[in-house]
Amino acid sequence: MLSWVALIVTLMTAGAFVASRHRARSVAHGDLAALHSRPVYHGAYTALRVAIAGFGVLIVGLILSNIGLRAALFAAIPDSLGTLSQIERDLIVSDGVAIAAGEVASRTDAAREAVGARYNTLMMARNIGLAVLTLGAAAFVYLRSITQISVPFRARNRTEKIVQGLLMVSAGIAILTTIGIVASLLGQTLVFFSEIPITKFLFGTLWSPLSGVHSGSMDPDKVGAIPLFAGTLLITFIAMLVAVPVGLFAAIFLSDFASNRARGIIKPMLEILAGIPTVVYGFFAAITVAPFLRDTGAAVGLTISSESALAAGVVMGIMIIPFISSLSDDVINAVPQSLRDGSYGLGATKAETIRKVILPAALPGIVSAVLLGVSRAIGETMIVVMAAGQGANLTANPFEAVTTVTVQIVALITGDTEAATAAGPAFTLGFTLFCVTLIFNVIALRLVRKYQESYD
Amino acid sequence: MTESSSPLPHAKFRCRGVNVHYGMAQAIKDNDIDIYDKSVTSFIGPSGCGKSTFLRCLNRMNDTIDICRVTGDIRLDGVDIYDTEIDPVQLRARVGMVFQKPNPFPKSIFDNVAYGPRIHGLASNRADLDALVESSLRSAGLWDEVKDRLSSAGTGLSGGQQQRLCIARAIATQPEVLLMDEPCSALDPIATEIVEELITNLGETYCVVIVTHSMQQANRISERTAFFHLGELVEYETTHDIFNTPKDERTIGYVSGRFG
Ligand SMILES: Nc1ncnc2c1ncn2[C@@H]1O[C@H](COP(=O)(O)OP(=O)(O)O)[C@@H](O)[C@H]1O
Ligand SMILES: [Mg+2]
Repeated sequence: MLSWVALIVTLMTAGAFVASRHRARSVAHGDLAALHSRPVYHGAYTALRVAIAGFGVLIVGLILSNIGLRAALFAAIPDSLGTLSQIERDLIVSDGVAIAAGEVASRTDAAREAVGARYNTLMMARNIGLAVLTLGAAAFVYLRSITQISVPFRARNRTEKIVQGLLMVSAGIAILTTIGIVASLLGQTLVFFSEIPITKFLFGTLWSPLSGVHSGSMDPDKVGAIPLFAGTLLITFIAMLVAVPVGLFAAIFLSDFASNRARGIIKPMLEILAGIPTVVYGFFAAITVAPFLRDTGAAVGLTISSESALAAGVVMGIMIIPFISSLSDDVINAVPQSLRDGSYGLGATKAETIRKVILPAALPGIVSAVLLGVSRAIGETMIVVMAAGQGANLTANPFEAVTTVTVQIVALITGDTEAATAAGPAFTLGFTLFCVTLIFNVIALRLVRKYQESYD
Repeated sequence: MTESSSPLPHAKFRCRGVNVHYGMAQAIKDNDIDIYDKSVTSFIGPSGCGKSTFLRCLNRMNDTIDICRVTGDIRLDGVDIYDTEIDPVQLRARVGMVFQKPNPFPKSIFDNVAYGPRIHGLASNRADLDALVESSLRSAGLWDEVKDRLSSAGTGLSGGQQQRLCIARAIATQPEVLLMDEPCSALDPIATEIVEELITNLGETYCVVIVTHSMQQANRISERTAFFHLGELVEYETTHDIFNTPKDERTIGYVSGRFG
């Protein structure tokens, strides 16, 4: 029913546009130049106002009434059932709603049918009320707007104001969601730290947060995140060991050695590499690289487990290569040609010029590319979930399985433990990750900006 | 092409039938020129006529441009510099270059000047290097201004100082020839005057070739002047003759300010 209302509001918007444009033409009596705003602005102004009024009432009404509806349904559970736990009450309400909608409920009984019936009547009333309110608001605004239309009416300025407002709302949504996410991360983290001392989390070496939860509370000695940090660090280190030299050399080759033809082939290839979904890298790591490393290791007498930091790190490094190379290529290209000429003019070879002039000049940019690469590696999830392992194993041996912060978040959230219990450590890990990545990104962007300033 | 009647110094460069193409477009057309040692030679002409292109032939900087092709015979002290035996990198150490826009490296003043000596191994120890840096900065007239801050960044100097730093940097490789492509066009009048005086002095020891868009400048600092037009070397005489008794119609038009 409400979708019909939405459709009608849409049609009203279109109609308002046409009617207002027409009205603007007719109040001008053929002298369109006399109008302050062109007819199309009168049309747009009315249409925007109608749409905002209609959809605004509809959306706000839906949100508010849904909250009210739920409370009313809980109230509709017969008192005869005695005191019930929140989970039982939730279940009765959702069964009631299912019965009302003609779907299968987990159980059917009088109480549930009562809730269902209540749901039906309330829904009906809500929908009719909301439809009347929405259409009424749209119609009211339409009538007010169309009677305002006159020759001096500043429809253009007002339309621009509205559009500006809409743009601001969009920007606001982006900012608010960011703030909301950070706030909820922070909130959950603080709650977690009120139960578990922060030092146990930051410096403990044993990670097994859910091992004792069925006994009611988390054991502070089993939420030490050091093994996760160490695993993340180890894999990131291996990844950078692969990505930095390869990415940087590729960038140098592309910017100073490759012919236009070679560049035309290699650059798109690197972009393709950058476009491969990480889940593909993940199973590539788990199915191809890890067994290969294990077998190679066995052949030379090394024990490499089939889930290893090495496999995950190497593949992650490959994933980060295009990132490093394209950012470094940009900064190397930004080193002015005049510096290259200056160096060649002094009798320096290409290699000397790159080593002594170009790389030092591009260094801040390269460092920032590396830092951005590190922050990617730290936050990368799919590859490590598939190829690094699950056990919180505190080791510096790249041939063993390790686990990372992201892997543990995945394990906590997708595991069978109740969400509310798993959320504490998961949010805390997430917040830690967020802080570290943020710091890296801020430093990297600072460096880039400094670097750009020095060549203005 | 007529030669001046005054006794000639040694011809450092001897160029015959030089043609330069960028892809299909010809930028230099069959030029012959002798450039003399221990003097300042100016290249003048309307912009786009090939002055920079010809200058870059003399130290093979054109090699760094993919589409550029140089043919003809260019001899430095009688040796063909486009011979396959010649390493352009070594040639450029003998034929230094200063560019239009000052381009100090983002390094310290000292490291800027020491750059050439270091890559060519011109100083065997630190004391030699220090002495070479100092003498180069002195020749460029910059020593007194920077001697107390040799370790600060070369890019932090003023435009005129930067250009003199670039000249010092070029001198430090102990070249025989200095090529300068409009070295004053990015400088203010006072800095220009200082650099011009410096160029005049350098002309006593080096073979200096300078591209300039300013006829007054050519007049002030050079013994000989070559006028280029559309890739052609139109007239090459003593500076005095070029500006006072030009022979070619095009030269007359240019030096009297009628075009260019
Ligand atoms: N790198 C280049 N690639 C292609 N054409 C060039 C290049 N440099 C110069 N040219 C062309 O060669 C001609 C001479 O240029 P240039 O030597 O820079 O003239 P000038 O220094 O006298 O102003 C011009 O027509 C110019 O467009
Ligand atoms: Mg030029």
